Amino acid sequence: MKYYIQTFNKYLYLLFNLISRDFKIKYRRSILGILWSILNPVLMMVVITAVFLNLFKFEIDNFPIYYLTGSTIFSFFTDATTSSMTSIVGSGQIIKKVYIPKYIFPLQKCLFSFVNLFFSLIALIIMIIILKFEVTYTVILAPIPIIYILIFSLGISLILSSLTVFFRDIVHLYGVITTIWMYFTPIIYPENILSDSMLKLISLNPLYHYVGYFRDVVMYGKIPSLKVNIICICFSLITLIIGSIIFKRTQDKFVLHI
Amino acid sequence: MNDKIGDICMNSVQISNVSMHFNTNKQKMNSLKEYCIGLIKRQIDYSKFIALNDISFNIKKGSVVGIVGLNGSGKSTLLKLIAGVLKPTKGKIIVTGVIAPLIELGAGFDMELTARENIYLNGAVLGFSKKMIQSKFEDIVDFSEVREFIDVPMKNYSSGMVARIAFAIATIVNPDILIVDEILSVGDFQFQKKCEDRISEMMKNNTTVIIVSHSIEQIERLCERVVWIEKGILKMNDNTDIVCEAYKNS
Repeated sequence: MKYYIQTFNKYLYLLFNLISRDFKIKYRRSILGILWSILNPVLMMVVITAVFLNLFKFEIDNFPIYYLTGSTIFSFFTDATTSSMTSIVGSGQIIKKVYIPKYIFPLQKCLFSFVNLFFSLIALIIMIIILKFEVTYTVILAPIPIIYILIFSLGISLILSSLTVFFRDIVHLYGVITTIWMYFTPIIYPENILSDSMLKLISLNPLYHYVGYFRDVVMYGKIPSLKVNIICICFSLITLIIGSIIFKRTQDKFVLHI
Repeated sequence: MNDKIGDICMNSVQISNVSMHFNTNKQKMNSLKEYCIGLIKRQIDYSKFIALNDISFNIKKGSVVGIVGLNGSGKSTLLKLIAGVLKPTKGKIIVTGVIAPLIELGAGFDMELTARENIYLNGAVLGFSKKMIQSKFEDIVDFSEVREFIDVPMKNYSSGMVARIAFAIATIVNPDILIVDEILSVGDFQFQKKCEDRISEMMKNNTTVIIVSHSIEQIERLCERVVWIEKGILKMNDNTDIVCEAYKNS
């Protein structure tokens, strides 16, 4: 254990460096730069709001905020996992040449998405101000669901990144899966249009709980119960543990397959 | 028990019964689709390629050891095993001390970034701390002679300049073990001279050195002991003159 902490400390600076490289490459030489990351969710929100309020006539108060809270959390998850899944294969050149603890790469991609999440949150804050939406003091609890979903995403990333080394076509499959996953998470539709049986099915979806938690504290001024917290923590930790086990078992074979 | 501890202190590298196998599937299978088709057809055959077969030897602390053998005999695989890039299929490798592997230089260079950024990035890839890179930064820049272009993206560099920077970063440490693959054919003859000087400087401080070279003359000049590997099997491990004589006559 002590050995693991030591190596982690040794490579912490590398982790920081890789994230800042991602950041520089993403934002260098684009005039609007960081602004795009803020503008993107806002533009999406405008489109979705226009479509759904006029076409489907959903009865949701503050639909723009409802959509933004859901999509911010969900797109963080898809961002983190999709970029992580190719992280090992993409770093093949480094892995083949020097020894580095390999979990650094999925961790790096997750944390980079985490940094980008802050820009999306800025978009959310701007919309809250523009629409004069009143938030209550419970908003200070907002980091909690974000931490939960970060851990959950890391677990999924560890699983996906190691599987991708052996089965490259998972990348295509996962694109479809995230689309299905999105429709199984109440992001663009209200929860109350679901039947009871459907709701039961959806409550097996971890993201349903994280999104719900985030909306509770940001929109509805509710403090989630202990039960909700335990459900979220269980989903996060179990996924992380499973991910770590799969990753640890397969990591020595990575170099032979990339 | 005491003997064992003594052994470990004496040896920088202990290689015991190491074998390395590679799967060489006829079609490299790396997609779910192919795997499923293979399962249905029951055609998942893994033909094995044995790169190294049951190799054991120790390298004493402070010694200079050469590894010789023809192309494809497993020399580079062995170096990668010692450096920790590969894990042996069987057997065990115990390495004591900090390794500076001059095997594949410039791992993790990103051509979009400037040389300055790359020095920090590559240093971090090699496991150096920020402080250490900062303190040696001037050395690296001086040594690689790229001061004027330090803030230019690396994609505009010539390959020689890239290689010089890579070499300069990899050699800023004072390693316990130095691994050198094919004494670097980097840059022009002046710079090659500089590289050799730096390597021999590193050799002085009781550093264990492992050299792979095809130039038998170079091995004879530098090494105390030589390990000869042929087709993945340890053929000889003895003093330089004995092994070199046999190798030349083979």
